[in-house]
Amino acid sequence: MKTNFMATSYKKLILNGIFSENPVFRLALSLCPAVAVTTSVKNGFLMGVAVLFVMTMVNITVSLFRNLINPKVRIPAYILIIATYVSITEMMMRAYSRTAYKQMGLYIQLIVVFAIIISRAELFASRNKVLPSAADGLGMGLGFLGALVLVGAVRELIGNGSIAGFHITHGSPLLIMVLPTGGFFAIGLLMGLFNWIDQKYYGGRPGGGGGGGHH
Amino acid sequence: MLKDLFTIFIASAVINNFVFTRYLGLCIFFGVSKKMETALGMSMTFTAVMVISAALSWLVYRLVMLPLHIEFLRIVLFIGIVAGFVQFADTMLKKLNPTLYYKLGIYLVLITTNCIILAVPLLNADNNYNFLQSLTLGLGSGAGFSLALIIMASIRERLELANVPKPFQGMPIAFIVTGLIALAFLGFSGLITI
Repeated sequence: MKTNFMATSYKKLILNGIFSENPVFRLALSLCPAVAVTTSVKNGFLMGVAVLFVMTMVNITVSLFRNLINPKVRIPAYILIIATYVSITEMMMRAYSRTAYKQMGLYIQLIVVFAIIISRAELFASRNKVLPSAADGLGMGLGFLGALVLVGAVRELIGNGSIAGFHITHGSPLLIMVLPTGGFFAIGLLMGLFNWIDQKYYGGRPGGGGGGGHH
Repeated sequence: MLKDLFTIFIASAVINNFVFTRYLGLCIFFGVSKKMETALGMSMTFTAVMVISAALSWLVYRLVMLPLHIEFLRIVLFIGIVAGFVQFADTMLKKLNPTLYYKLGIYLVLITTNCIILAVPLLNADNNYNFLQSLTLGLGSGAGFSLALIIMASIRERLELANVPKPFQGMPIAFIVTGLIALAFLGFSGLITI
């Protein structure tokens, strides 16, 4: 009975990150990279995997050391932990995928200041045991990954006429969608769609699409 | 030399505008562009912090990190420099000019963990810029960010009165508006050849 309850609560934690508190569409956190690198499914996937890795590892590490870190210096300590994992990710990417690194190297390094990672460390991992923290990081990371792949797919399909590299149409239907401008349109329209579904079927709050917009 | 600096300034301010073509600092951009007054305060604070942190991190990168071959630690060190400097500026401002502190203090706190501030030292290190070039990149990026904030704040003040469809109220319409401004900024892309 008890293990059953545990299993469902882990499942709930993971699903929470993917749907009800999706970091990109619902909380409007960490938007900078979400639009920047997602000109294709592949780029969105790579970025999402990098965030997933950093997020899960940071949550596990913060949770392991939660009783050792003095609350007064917790924020610098978290930033140090995050920066370590981001450096590892950056070096791995530079070693194994040079072309992708040229395109998104700067954004990989900037994972270190993603509000979503530090806010999960502060709000969840510092107060919970290792396994729930890992599940929370995994869920949030998967939600982020899913959102990036979705935005990437929309932009690649409209802008380039392909999905994950497979051409569907001839030529490029609307090149503007793979240019920087298109990212803003894609996110704005998807957010509007999420809000519309929410208001129509769940009677959600109007003007949602996230909190204040920063942190 | 001067021409080179001018090119960097124009490139970082309008052609590669941090907000519209590099997508940096979006959290702050959407957060504080609701009112013109806050947008002005924020853009001044940001520009100052960007120039100074560009200078500080250049010094540390050239004089400490390169000789010791610890470039791999640059993410940690750059964040440390920015956070340390912001904390220092916060304390100094509180002592020296309390009026200015009450106007700008709230923005200072938000600055430490912002991608736009960290991006300047990282870009400088990537491009191997010299001291003056690094300062110019900081200044140009700050000017570009201020321009973006001021444009957005003036549009959003008008947007308050507009009749926006319910699902698009708030953030979604702000994104669409930003997309339209970014479209206009595409026109700058042929201004100078880099």
